[in-house]
Amino acid sequence: MALPIPAAPVEEVDWDVPEQVGLWTDVWRRFRRNRLAVAGAVVVVILLADALLAGLLQQIGLIQDPIKQHVEITLAGPSAQHLLGTDYLGRDTLSRLMYGARISLTIGILVQAIYVVIGGTIGMIAGYAGGRVDNLLMRFTDIWYAFPDLLFVLVLVSVFGPSLLSIFAAIGIVNWVNLARLVRGQVLSIKEKEYVESARAVGSSHFKIVLRHLVPNALGPVIVTLTFGIPAAIFLEAALSYLGVGIQPPTPSWGVMIQDGYQAIYASPWQVTFPAFAIAITMLSFSFIGDGLRDALDPRMRQ
Amino acid sequence: MANTAIGGRPAGGALPVRRLLAPSSRGAALTFFVLRRVLWMVPVLFFVILITFLLMHLAPGSPWDRAGGRQLSATIVQNLNVRYGLDKPIWQQFLLYLWNVSHFDFGLSYQYQGRSVGSLLVNAWPYTATLGVLAFSLIVVAGVGLGVIAALRQNSRVDYVAMGFSTFGASVPNFVVGMLFIIVFGVFMYKLTGGAYSLPVSGFGLDDHLIMPVVTLALLPTAFIARLTRASTLDILRQDYVRTAWAKGLTERLVVLKHILKNSLIPVVTALGPTFAFLVTGSVIVETVFVIPGIGSSFVTAVLSRDYPMILATTILFSIVVAVANLVVDVLYVFIDPRVRLT
Repeated sequence: MALPIPAAPVEEVDWDVPEQVGLWTDVWRRFRRNRLAVAGAVVVVILLADALLAGLLQQIGLIQDPIKQHVEITLAGPSAQHLLGTDYLGRDTLSRLMYGARISLTIGILVQAIYVVIGGTIGMIAGYAGGRVDNLLMRFTDIWYAFPDLLFVLVLVSVFGPSLLSIFAAIGIVNWVNLARLVRGQVLSIKEKEYVESARAVGSSHFKIVLRHLVPNALGPVIVTLTFGIPAAIFLEAALSYLGVGIQPPTPSWGVMIQDGYQAIYASPWQVTFPAFAIAITMLSFSFIGDGLRDALDPRMRQ
Repeated sequence: MANTAIGGRPAGGALPVRRLLAPSSRGAALTFFVLRRVLWMVPVLFFVILITFLLMHLAPGSPWDRAGGRQLSATIVQNLNVRYGLDKPIWQQFLLYLWNVSHFDFGLSYQYQGRSVGSLLVNAWPYTATLGVLAFSLIVVAGVGLGVIAALRQNSRVDYVAMGFSTFGASVPNFVVGMLFIIVFGVFMYKLTGGAYSLPVSGFGLDDHLIMPVVTLALLPTAFIARLTRASTLDILRQDYVRTAWAKGLTERLVVLKHILKNSLIPVVTALGPTFAFLVTGSVIVETVFVIPGIGSSFVTAVLSRDYPMILATTILFSIVVAVANLVVDVLYVFIDPRVRLT
């Protein structure tokens, strides 16, 4: 005998489930809520705008000519005429700093993209596939790590000429190794975790496991490596200029400004301080963006 | 004991025997793994030498471009080439070099005439290695310590100070830091205290000469390791098992050491491997700023003046240290996270 089933009081059920949104909508929403990350993004946009508009700013007279030498006022401190002082040839530091953003930001950011593409892929394949594939790829990175990169850069630049493209190709191709080993180490450990095992058990494809489980969980250390890679690439560019195979003077870049300023560190410590400050701001902004992105991508914090 | 009794097995039955065997078979697997990797170093070294050899000869310029500070006549260059075996076809030079290296003969340096590369390295490496090992210890202690504290007290004042320090460490290059140290601790302190307290700015001995170079050398890696530790510790802090560990009422010390630190160390250890290799084979900048007779500076001058035997020998040394450091890292993975399998 069937029991009378009371009609469910439909109206009283709490339908207040969170609104279903897609992964990326949610990521974007959570990213916007992170104040530091938004501040970082704003600073990066300002820096990029500065790099793009430096020429325009000079034309309307807001900043001076970055390569015009005022030999009567070399190594001056900040003044009304030169807001951030002048360098050892009497060139306006503010203007050089703003023009320098072009090369330094391009190198700093694009080189990281090369690291991610080459290093991230190789590390992911090696860690996930394991076995012989891992061994061969890692011995390859051992070789790559060991041969002298200075020679490699010299050869590359002498074959292709000291253009911006060959310089960042050289820096990127030489230095992806660290990221590869880092990603591989992370993946070796993460792929044995229970949630990856369950994903495999329910028949997720390799692609989906990598994208949904390995990438988000390996992200934290990768972001740190990339943000530290920005100043490192900027300094490498300067080292190459110093050896005569980088960007040729008088084109300003932050790394070269630091090296020039270093030569006169006793006379005017300002000339080292300003570009170092610019590099610090850039790096800090990117690490805020990176941290915000990682939090936004963390499935445990999803709403 | 109780377990075997419940299963009805006689004492010393299948289970205990397997337990006795397990560690030794894991030990055997480890030994096998290490042996195989050491053997793999031979082909790795071969390719490193091959690539370096090719790059050296592809790079523009010859060893005699700067010799004596002037352009040498064609006859002299010809004679020098014959003297150092550079007149032979490149594949013959390569094979000859391999043969010599397998007998630990690294040839004669071009830039320091009449001295063998082997003796140069043996004299210079101890300075570099001392510096590197000390800096490395500082990096491990300060970097991991700062990173863990910053992560545990996320968004506190300690965290911001650690973050600020690491940003400074990364955006001010080595040579500027070294120079600042010299100005502050060498010159300024000397003047301030009338010469009573200051750090030596040049010369090199195994005493307070080491302080400034070691700190300078360690600054950037410490900053990096601190940030890496912080990031990976933050990842681990959010894991369910850490919440469980806190909920069980374990002490902070136990949770941090056993549950958090052990799991967050994988990326840190990965990064420390190559860092060690880099440090003990020399930093050009620090050795130049503090006038240290190590191998870092001789390597860069070797590349710039195309001192082929010197380039090859330092590269071989570096690649051996890198390969060993990475091998140690791979073995450490297993101890940090027993789920990781040796392949």
